Amino acid sequence: MADHSHDDSHGHPENPIKYYIGVFVLLMVMTVLTVYVAQFDLEKIWGPLNALVALSIAVIKATAVIMIFMHVRWSSRLTQVIVVASVFWLLIMLSFTLSDYFTRGGWPTGLGAY
Amino acid sequence: MEQQKEAGMVGMWLFLLTEVMFFGGLFLAYTIYRTIYPQGFLYGSHLLNVQLGGTNTVVLIVSSLTMAMAVYYSQKGETKKLIGFLTATLLLGLAFLVIKYFEYASKIHDNLFPAVGFYNPVTPEMDPTSHHAIPANLQQPVRVFLWIYFMMTGLHALHMIVGAGILITLILMARKGKFTKNYNSPVEISGLYWHFVDIVWIFLFPLLYLTGFHFGKH
Repeated sequence: MADHSHDDSHGHPENPIKYYIGVFVLLMVMTVLTVYVAQFDLEKIWGPLNALVALSIAVIKATAVIMIFMHVRWSSRLTQVIVVASVFWLLIMLSFTLSDYFTRGGWPTGLGAY
Repeated sequence: MEQQKEAGMVGMWLFLLTEVMFFGGLFLAYTIYRTIYPQGFLYGSHLLNVQLGGTNTVVLIVSSLTMAMAVYYSQKGETKKLIGFLTATLLLGLAFLVIKYFEYASKIHDNLFPAVGFYNPVTPEMDPTSHHAIPANLQQPVRVFLWIYFMMTGLHALHMIVGAGILITLILMARKGKFTKNYNSPVEISGLYWHFVDIVWIFLFPLLYLTGFHFGKH
């Protein structure tokens, strides 16, 4: 970060189309991969493994779209802060609510049975 | 001029932040109910059509590429190519909605729309050959999954319809020659919106369609 004292993150590259095609190929490959992996019952190995693999692939895809298609890689520092903040607020909402659910003991009866 | 453009982009990102929280609440509900009813979600997800959902995923990825190209040519001031890529994006968005319509129609036809008066799935005992039969003890948990499915994909589809309206407006504006090398903010801001809607689907597809894809392959 410190060596970015002058604002060289700003402005678009000369030819962004090669980046766009790269992201497109990545998204297609990742889509095929997530469908392929989902055929296997990884839950036999570890309960949340199917969901974990699927979400990891989705996060990689979303990051590529945000950084390249949505130009965040070349955006102003202010925009980048807003993007990071939105992920941060989302994680607060998810983690605080879920930690409440998981620790309060208020689940309906028969949890996990259906 | 540059400062005005920057202000517009930042404003759009703040709007998208509220959209992240909006869809985030739905993903939160998904997580909580999936924890309560893992079997219901596995079974319900298995009822969805992975071929159609996967096709729509590809359609949206291609539309995101064409939208990025539209933004690029708006920056270059090449109006003809801008209109071409905006039209391609619009057509892909409409293709997504048509496929979604057939998916919904098939669910309603199979009595799987979870509303009162619509939800009346068959059990394996009633019809052993049916591909959409649900065991009696799973009918209520699967109904919860189907509510979440229709709610999340429905709100996503609503965003797609709004996006299609925005694209039509952009095409009309571009045809009137409103966009130049120095003024293309509406195209860039709409591009952010379109990509955001794509990102929502990137998470919806595995969580809704693929969760039960391995079901029955134990």
